[in-house]
Amino acid sequence: MPTVRIPTPLRKLTDGEAKVTVDGASVRAIVNGLEAAHPGMGERLLDEDGSLRRFVNVFVRDEDIRFQDGLDTSVGEDDVVSIVPAVAGG
Amino acid sequence: MPAKQPGAPALDVNVLGLRCRECGEPEDLTATHVCSFCFGPLEPVYDTDAIAGRASRERVASGPSSLWRYGDFLPVLSADAAIRVDLGTGYSPLRPAPRLGAVLGLTDLWLKDDTRNPSGSFKDRVVTVAMSACRALGIGTIACASTGNLANAVSAHAAAVGMPAYVFIPHDLERGKVVGSAVYGANLVSVKGNYDEVNRLCAEVADAKGWGFVNVNLRPYYAEGSKSIGFEIVEQLGWRFPDHVIIPVASGSMLTKVEKAFHELRQYGLVDGDLPRISGAQATGCSPVAEAFERDSFDVKPQRPDTIARSLAIGNPADGYYALKSVANTGGVVGHVSDDEIVAGMRLLAETEGIFAETAGGVTVANLKRFVEDGAVTADERVVAVISGNGYKTIEAVEPYVGPTFEVTASLDDFEQQLASREG
Repeated sequence: MPTVRIPTPLRKLTDGEAKVTVDGASVRAIVNGLEAAHPGMGERLLDEDGSLRRFVNVFVRDEDIRFQDGLDTSVGEDDVVSIVPAVAGG
Repeated sequence: MPAKQPGAPALDVNVLGLRCRECGEPEDLTATHVCSFCFGPLEPVYDTDAIAGRASRERVASGPSSLWRYGDFLPVLSADAAIRVDLGTGYSPLRPAPRLGAVLGLTDLWLKDDTRNPSGSFKDRVVTVAMSACRALGIGTIACASTGNLANAVSAHAAAVGMPAYVFIPHDLERGKVVGSAVYGANLVSVKGNYDEVNRLCAEVADAKGWGFVNVNLRPYYAEGSKSIGFEIVEQLGWRFPDHVIIPVASGSMLTKVEKAFHELRQYGLVDGDLPRISGAQATGCSPVAEAFERDSFDVKPQRPDTIARSLAIGNPADGYYALKSVANTGGVVGHVSDDEIVAGMRLLAETEGIFAETAGGVTVANLKRFVEDGAVTADERVVAVISGNGYKTIEAVEPYVGPTFEVTASLDDFEQQLASREG
């Protein structure tokens, strides 16, 4: 199953776990799986329209999903999905 | 040190907590930077009544010759002055620029010269504020993700206060920026990847290590440091707003915070009148904010940067959305220029005003040139252009184009001969 890396602000929902495994073949399916296992996750990642929130970055295979197929980006069995909050400039 | 001047007003704790800029959720005053509900950026909540009770032009004027003269409006987490870091950052010159203005077709141009900070860029401002907050919060190790200037600033300030530092940079930065961090003895972490990848790594390292990353978990304090540019511009113009401010855009934080500074000065009664227009300057090779502006959208699409303006090469700007809002609020524009125009801008600034700026300065000057040509800036506006970093950090950009005018032996005859043949 794919591994999802959970950032600090969301670990309240995962009992402090920094990594969880969730079944799903796309980012959308993973988000749905996260919501099922850890209620509250969905509304933190997606806005009212079901789009990824403005300040949330999701990486699959180390690549921003906005450079891939967005929420439809495919996720393989061994892939790592990272959820990363936006960072200020440098 | 200026901060220890006798008679400089003491600063009181002025922050009550943190709050999400997007959804308003409150958060505790700790090292945290995103709302745990919506991931929006957190900002300090100031004790505005207390600040209003003491803020005055006279109190600013009696403060030190550094950004701490505006300490009432910056996050102060401890009243202990020994906690505050002050290497004399800020209160940089605001210079009239008549020769550059004449070339560009402007009659009232000013330059905010932030090449003259301790490590040579405006990043010394944000680090001064973030590191002071870090020490007040009792965090013992400082860190950052950087395109170079921030790495220099964190390394220098950490050395000066004896704090261990880890600075993360893309592996292919300009030599001046690599050496300009390593020389201070910081732990320099060279990452095989671009800045956006460094950024992502640092978000994860910050979670794992609990270090104070100035632009990650200390961002609410860090970002406020850029307000000092706005405060200084107004004070240095005799407590007046200019008509237009031109600001280089990487993450978009500086532009956003300069607008906030103008609002705050008006709110506390230190200045009145209409807010200046605020315009943003990007390089074509990394122009996600300018691209959104052209589409008339606030939806910034990330880009893969490819420009000599490495300090502005943030393809996924965290505050791009807010920068666009500030530009829209004030009637400004956002533009972008090619690498050739950036080099031309650097040379023009150096040759007309004697300021050797890094590539970001070239971006600002070259965009201003375009804004005048396009009519976005008019000839008689009082314009302030922010020159954010020193040219000695990025000599690679201009090195191919400038060099000795004469190469002579140590002989007067040889020199006079060459001079005559050149003049002839």
